[in-house]
Amino acid sequence: MLRTKRVMAATFGLSLLAMASAGAEAKTLVYCSEGSPEGFDPALYTAGTTFDASSKPVYNRLVEFERGTTNVIPGLAESWEVSDDGTEYTFHLRKGVKFHTTDFFTPSRELNADDVIFSFMRQLDGENPYFDYAGGSWEYFNAMSMPDLIKDIEKVDDYTVKFVLTRPEAPMLANLAMDFASIFSKEYADKLMEDGKPELLNQQPLGTGPFQFVAYQKDAVIRYKANPDYWDGKQPIDDLVFAITTDPAVRYQKLKANECQVAPYPNPADIEAMKNDPDLNVMEQEGLNVGYLAYNTQKAPFDKVEVRKALNMAINKEAILDAVFQGAGRVAKNPIPPTMWSYNEKVEDDAYDPEAAKAMLDEAGVSDLKMKIWAMPVQRPYNPNARRMAELIQSDWAKVGVDAEIVSYEWGEYLKRSKEVDRDGAVLLGWTGDNGDPDNFLAVLLGCDGVGGANRAQWCYEPFDKLIQEAKILSDKDKRAELYREAQVVFKEQAPWATIAHSVVFMPMRKSVSGYKMDPLGSHRFDGVDIAQ
Amino acid sequence: MIRFLLFRIGFLIPTFLGVTVVAFGFIRLLPGDPVLLLAGERSIDEERYRQLLHQYGFDRPIWDQYLTYLWDLLHGDLGTSIITKKPVFQEFFTLFPATLELSVCAILFAIALGVPAGVIAAVRRRTAFDHAVMTTALVGYSMPIFWWGLLLIILFSGILGWTPVSGRISLLYYFPTPTGFMLIDSLLSGQDGAFASAVSHLILPSIVLGTIPLAVIARQTRSAMLEVLGEDYVRTARAKGLAPWRVVGLHALRNAMIPVITVIGLQVGVLFAGAILTETIFSWPGIGKWMIDSIFRRDYPAVQGGLLLIAAIVMLVNLLVDVTYGLINPKIRYRD
Repeated sequence: MLRTKRVMAATFGLSLLAMASAGAEAKTLVYCSEGSPEGFDPALYTAGTTFDASSKPVYNRLVEFERGTTNVIPGLAESWEVSDDGTEYTFHLRKGVKFHTTDFFTPSRELNADDVIFSFMRQLDGENPYFDYAGGSWEYFNAMSMPDLIKDIEKVDDYTVKFVLTRPEAPMLANLAMDFASIFSKEYADKLMEDGKPELLNQQPLGTGPFQFVAYQKDAVIRYKANPDYWDGKQPIDDLVFAITTDPAVRYQKLKANECQVAPYPNPADIEAMKNDPDLNVMEQEGLNVGYLAYNTQKAPFDKVEVRKALNMAINKEAILDAVFQGAGRVAKNPIPPTMWSYNEKVEDDAYDPEAAKAMLDEAGVSDLKMKIWAMPVQRPYNPNARRMAELIQSDWAKVGVDAEIVSYEWGEYLKRSKEVDRDGAVLLGWTGDNGDPDNFLAVLLGCDGVGGANRAQWCYEPFDKLIQEAKILSDKDKRAELYREAQVVFKEQAPWATIAHSVVFMPMRKSVSGYKMDPLGSHRFDGVDIAQ
Repeated sequence: MIRFLLFRIGFLIPTFLGVTVVAFGFIRLLPGDPVLLLAGERSIDEERYRQLLHQYGFDRPIWDQYLTYLWDLLHGDLGTSIITKKPVFQEFFTLFPATLELSVCAILFAIALGVPAGVIAAVRRRTAFDHAVMTTALVGYSMPIFWWGLLLIILFSGILGWTPVSGRISLLYYFPTPTGFMLIDSLLSGQDGAFASAVSHLILPSIVLGTIPLAVIARQTRSAMLEVLGEDYVRTARAKGLAPWRVVGLHALRNAMIPVITVIGLQVGVLFAGAILTETIFSWPGIGKWMIDSIFRRDYPAVQGGLLLIAAIVMLVNLLVDVTYGLINPKIRYRD
């Protein structure tokens, strides 16, 4: 009965669809998104839900993440050069790139260097008319230290832009592929400013991306249509619709009823049933994160490598994955996730061996060890239940004669206190990557600069630090990868952390959807996706 | 009547002032700093933090913030949402029609079923029907909305496929929504099938949201009817030989309706509370869902503005209910 109704509705709706896209054969893909976007200017926000609705469909960056990987590939910049000292990045823009023509704006010119400069200067330059618009909180731009890093952005000619940096920084390219670096139309922004409505830049997005914005009905539906003039060719689907559906159980029902074809973030309890459903396809991938236990390597006896190694060998990680992640996790052996380039497959994890661990502790002269385990008070993808994890580690360690006490604090306090160099105990924490660059994990979390800050192990080990510092200023990616692989070996030998888990992300969709690739960075992209109707 | 109205409206002013204090204070009592939450997990440097605090005025003394809020309020300015950067007033009234449409349908469903059920239960007192109605009402009253909603979706949308799972209208329809009421806009759109689609999307959420009011109305109608049916004039009417349906329908029901209308008026508050959960389950873009999002994001202006507007609406409805008494019962007409 429903089917008849739907067919009827479809027939009646056709005239409209014909308007929204070319021809009656319009292919529509409905995505049951998990929440409402905060706005449509990705540089103002940090939430993935907002990026999925703004930067991913509507905008492009100078460089892009290749679909399904963290590799950086040409976007609006066809090519680029990096100066020998690594402080100048010169981008050559693609020619003939058109901004969207919509019912709210018709561009008179194609993309050029002015648009690129505007897109960054509005976040960098206090004099820019857009600097203070919509609260002007350029969170990610600031969080990635762009104001310190960017000395100047120069227009060489209409299709060439040069970024001058204050210091060499290889992850810069990856940073430019992030959402805050989306390229806006200066012409459109100027027009809005002239009309006295700059806030519309955050409500009616207009870019060069694969889909163009049609309408947003607050908290209900976002409509896009394929950009007919997309520089990389028109998308296989004609219309993209986000049906905002906050409850995971309801998303599942909508997926089953074919009211949407892709629905993220399923309930872990539903995954088995989804996998058994002949109409559904459940993709899965490790998230770009790591959950770890950081020892304070500056305090005895954790300053000894053997002690840290022995404690690592006493932890039964498989049991933790079963109990805490309920299957939605993978054992971590490296400090970076397996979806990230330079991940070292060859590193061997410490085997779970309580006997050997006890012997190692005895050998190191450590007996009757008393210590603290810090358990986070919040849930995170890399650690859904820190308390439970701490209890399991506590009981594992009891078997090798270590008496651990579990402590916890309010989240803000936890983050603050765990940074202190003379902190007592091993801290459970984790990290989710921003830009897919190994530097974003290895330097931030384990570099000497991070001691007293994000480096919760307070670990400053020169051979390791040398490798990552060298890798940070090289622009040759293969050479960088080599150094990072080596750094992972050093990390494993030195064991400043017990690497515990990477979460696994599930992505259910209907079998009619093809070409979807899971993004290791956690976003949801529909370029290159097709649907059989 | 006019004096009564003036008196009641005058009474609203202190109530409204009280509400402003609660709305302003409530969100500030919750732990969590809006600026830090805005910055997300990436942390924020001290200078930037102060700058943002200043920008939103959170660095001023609390009484100063409250007075500014009141002053702006007097000028009809509810502030701008920290998150969406849009005026709160505009945000609220974009979403309000959806909640109103759902609430009206829910309450109509509750009245249409609750009043007859209550009347019949009273007339057939202590029969199986009476017990059945009262037991069902009790169960309905204690039903957790979230669970009830999911149960209905799984049965009617999932297994039977009779109703759509969620949303306000099939995504196939896309037309301008000048009024914000989907039933009206779908008719105005002139697209065939749009109205039917809008109706089918309203069925489950109306039932879910109307369940608790339905239970309350049925019980209230029954007890009011029982009382009235025992009155002398009802016996007189019966003795006169009036048809039973006239006795019950005209003489008894009209008098029994007064407490029932009070209860219906009070249900408006219940509807708003229920709308929060119902809208979340059915992805219904109304103010309930918006309030929840705003609270989680510590969007101070949105929460205090939203609370204030909801409270104002509840107060107005209650005023209307008071006025309605007079229309139903001439004995309570207010004289100047």
